[in-house]
Amino acid sequence: MSATAALAHDSSGPAEAHAAHPPTATGIETKKVLMWLFLASDCMFFGTLISTHLVYRKVYPYGSTDKGIIDILSTFDIQLTSFSTFILLMSSFLMALAVSAMHKGQIKSFRRSCIGVIIFGLIFLTGQVYEFTHFFDGHALYTFSVKTAAGEVISSTYEGPADPARAKADLAHRLLAAHPDWLSVPAAAAAEDKALAPAEQVKKHGDWIVTAFKQEKVEKKSLSMQNSVFGSTFFLMTGTHGTHVAIGVLWLVSMYLYSFTGRFEKNMHGAAIDVEIMGLYWHFVDIVWIIIFTAVYLVEYIPGYNPAP
Amino acid sequence: MSSVLVSHKTELPPGRSGLGLPRPDRFTGWRDWFTTVDHKKIGVMYGAAACFFFLVGGVEALMIRTQLMRPMQHIITAQLYNQLFTMHGTTMIFLGVMPLSAAFFNFVVPLQIGARDVAFPRLNAFSLWTFFAGAILLNASWFLQFLNIIHVLTPADGRTDIVPGGGWFGYATLTEKPYTGIGTDVWILSLQILGVASLAAAFNFITTIINLRAPGMAMMRLPVFTWMTLVTSFLIIFAFPAITIALAELLFDRTFDTNFFRVQGGGQPIFWQHLFWIFGHPEVYILVLPAMGIVSEVLPTFSRKPLFGYPIIVFSGAVIGLLGFAVWSHHMFATGLGKVATAAFSLLTMAIAVPTGVKIFNWIGTLWGGRIRFTVPMVFSMAFVWMFMLGGFSGIMHSAAPADAEQHDSYFIVAHFHYVLLGGVLLGLLSGIYYWVPKIFGKMMNQKLGYWVAGLVIVGFNVAFFPMHYLGLIGMTRRTYTYLPDKGWNLWNFVSTMGAYMLGVGVFLCFMDMVITVRSKKRACGPDPWDARTLEWSLPSPVPDYNFARLPIVSCRDAWWMQKHNNIPIEYDQSDVSHGVHMPSQSWMPMGAGIGFFIFGMGIVLMSAGVPYCGYVAIGGLSTTVVFIYLWAIEGPGGYHLAVPTVATPPAPTAAPTRVPAPVGHH
Repeated sequence: MSATAALAHDSSGPAEAHAAHPPTATGIETKKVLMWLFLASDCMFFGTLISTHLVYRKVYPYGSTDKGIIDILSTFDIQLTSFSTFILLMSSFLMALAVSAMHKGQIKSFRRSCIGVIIFGLIFLTGQVYEFTHFFDGHALYTFSVKTAAGEVISSTYEGPADPARAKADLAHRLLAAHPDWLSVPAAAAAEDKALAPAEQVKKHGDWIVTAFKQEKVEKKSLSMQNSVFGSTFFLMTGTHGTHVAIGVLWLVSMYLYSFTGRFEKNMHGAAIDVEIMGLYWHFVDIVWIIIFTAVYLVEYIPGYNPAP
Repeated sequence: MSSVLVSHKTELPPGRSGLGLPRPDRFTGWRDWFTTVDHKKIGVMYGAAACFFFLVGGVEALMIRTQLMRPMQHIITAQLYNQLFTMHGTTMIFLGVMPLSAAFFNFVVPLQIGARDVAFPRLNAFSLWTFFAGAILLNASWFLQFLNIIHVLTPADGRTDIVPGGGWFGYATLTEKPYTGIGTDVWILSLQILGVASLAAAFNFITTIINLRAPGMAMMRLPVFTWMTLVTSFLIIFAFPAITIALAELLFDRTFDTNFFRVQGGGQPIFWQHLFWIFGHPEVYILVLPAMGIVSEVLPTFSRKPLFGYPIIVFSGAVIGLLGFAVWSHHMFATGLGKVATAAFSLLTMAIAVPTGVKIFNWIGTLWGGRIRFTVPMVFSMAFVWMFMLGGFSGIMHSAAPADAEQHDSYFIVAHFHYVLLGGVLLGLLSGIYYWVPKIFGKMMNQKLGYWVAGLVIVGFNVAFFPMHYLGLIGMTRRTYTYLPDKGWNLWNFVSTMGAYMLGVGVFLCFMDMVITVRSKKRACGPDPWDARTLEWSLPSPVPDYNFARLPIVSCRDAWWMQKHNNIPIEYDQSDVSHGVHMPSQSWMPMGAGIGFFIFGMGIVLMSAGVPYCGYVAIGGLSTTVVFIYLWAIEGPGGYHLAVPTVATPPAPTAAPTRVPAPVGHH
């Protein structure tokens, strides 16, 4: 019952404190068990998302009766998605190199691979942002007329988003940027509209620069979270995956910067474990993408799966 | 002894975190509670919150019963009635039972497996504070409702139902934008936040049980309560993702106009039911398995016999967990699933009764031939076996789809699940309270009052819920706001309400006595007042900060009992502890992350109400959480050493049992 308290804070910091833990009952690092459990749970998250998508895909092979027919093959850009899938797979290879480097204690080699994973992850995310915006925009051909400052009427064609209102606004802005003098404010316009800046005027009254505007052909319908069930499930699922990748990139950047603080050297084993569980996470996100790529993108190309309406 | 050592914490030189800031290790009082990473203190906070919310949910239940006491009553409005049954269900499940189970997980599991703490002490604190964030957010809706009544807050859609009113199952499309107000957003956000807390806690407990067992504590030597914690935690990590995604989809429908469950957009409301019940049915087992674990500890202790059929009890617990994922559609027989699906889910539902029945038989086998002591925990546990069995019988009736079609959405269902959740879970948890409070606080609860509580709760519960079987069969439907006097329901509704009051008084007395016990200076009891079996009773009460001065080396099941009665001493790890036991440093960061979640949830809710700039508040809240998680990572686990007694083994309990050892293995 001696109350002689030899009490001291660990001056050695977190590294030593970690090493002071007794060996675990299974011999597996505690942090690694935690990450495996998280990934098991994450499987269920993605399982729910993917099954939501597949169930609705089966219910509406042609899209929803209320929200119109979808032609998803014209929306998808499988070459781009295949490329980003390849990039993500290769990032996993680099991640494996990074983990291996840490286990050997080669911090510089770890940094090189880590930067590679970060860049590949960012390429993937860029691809996804491109995909999201282009899916959302769609693609359509328009004919339009415009009156030059000299009073001459020019008619031409324009390729833009599938939404006519947005396409018209985009066109008006481009024309204004190239030919500010083509803007003709009608004399009868309201005073407050006349006081607006030209860009605002065009935003509000596209007619002041584009005199006629007609949609000729929709090459690719817009796909949004609102305009179809497919869009709802697709964007939530791939968005969740993209969020996972973004968190992974943030984690990699953090670990990369952390490797310069000198704390890795103090506890190489602990640092290797930390990098390894980051690797587990990254590989998992990669594997999930392989499933999404197969079950969501590639199946659409199976003959008969996606019948023409 | 422990108090002496704890006070020495205040004399520590200030440790520095990885951020260069002092660690909050030396605080006492409220700052100690806010920054603690000690599983015992976290368990106590979970328990206190759970008891509080039990009373809140109980008051809601009594208001429902008062409204239904007599026909054609309008004591409360129909809208308030909807809100009360929604909040009653949600509160009892997520803020009452689950945290009370979590309180026992926290306090008991590390002690039972011979560990000094959970695997991730700061993550444990994070679970607690995130739980608080969700709990406060859910109940803050009453405050928002008040603001609406005094015309301070008017949601943009003009709806006045700010407290959730869509039922605890939140069926779409009822919970879609046109049909319910921002209450549904409150409900979604708080359930999401509570889900984060539950998942983090489940990861932590599984890791703890798998990895932090003392030497020799093989899986088949684990106390059954620890086993059930493990199974429950696995259920949580596999079941919660389904509802998290479902809630996210519902929130997207409400906020961003997507089509997941909106019929006019092509969505299918039935899909919500599938996702909800794929979570909801395992959730039932998440609630009941810990109670089964408690009963499996209490019955052998007071029968003075080992648990009969230990491996079978463990195995059937795991089987219940597995099958729990395969029966969700029995909640949906009335929706018309088709013959094949209905038959399959009927069969699986009948099948899940088998492992449950096996457990009941094993508990009876434990009692058989034992020298039973009718202590208060024992009374509750025996009542559990009986009442849970009744709930199981009516459950088996529902597994037959044609019978279920008759009983669906009637008071028969209300009777069934209250028999399971009150007769099962609540009695099990009350048993756990009376059993472990002497260990938690080192003080005995009032046993004489305990028998009164047991009487009031058990009798009151049966008076309240047994008539509901009958009411359901003669046609009273669930969620009935009021009823005509000529239905023939008057008498039994009145009886039921009287029973509910009785039950309420019983539970209230129990919690009051617990408060009195904690504050009392006279009720000290020894470290092992029950002559119990598992390792937690080998420690002094209250348990010192480091739990085990020296880690035990376990050589058999029920090691503490074997040491006392069978001359199989527990050996202790003899490594040098003269420099003290390594303790994890305390931290502000988990609470900060929890506060961030609360701001996030409140921001989304107010954004949905149309309050300007609240979208930015939500982003700020989530950023707060992220910032605190970064600080948490950078500050590192830290740690300090706490001196321990230099004796090689802990002293034998002062109240050493003198009874003749029970014959082991005698059935």
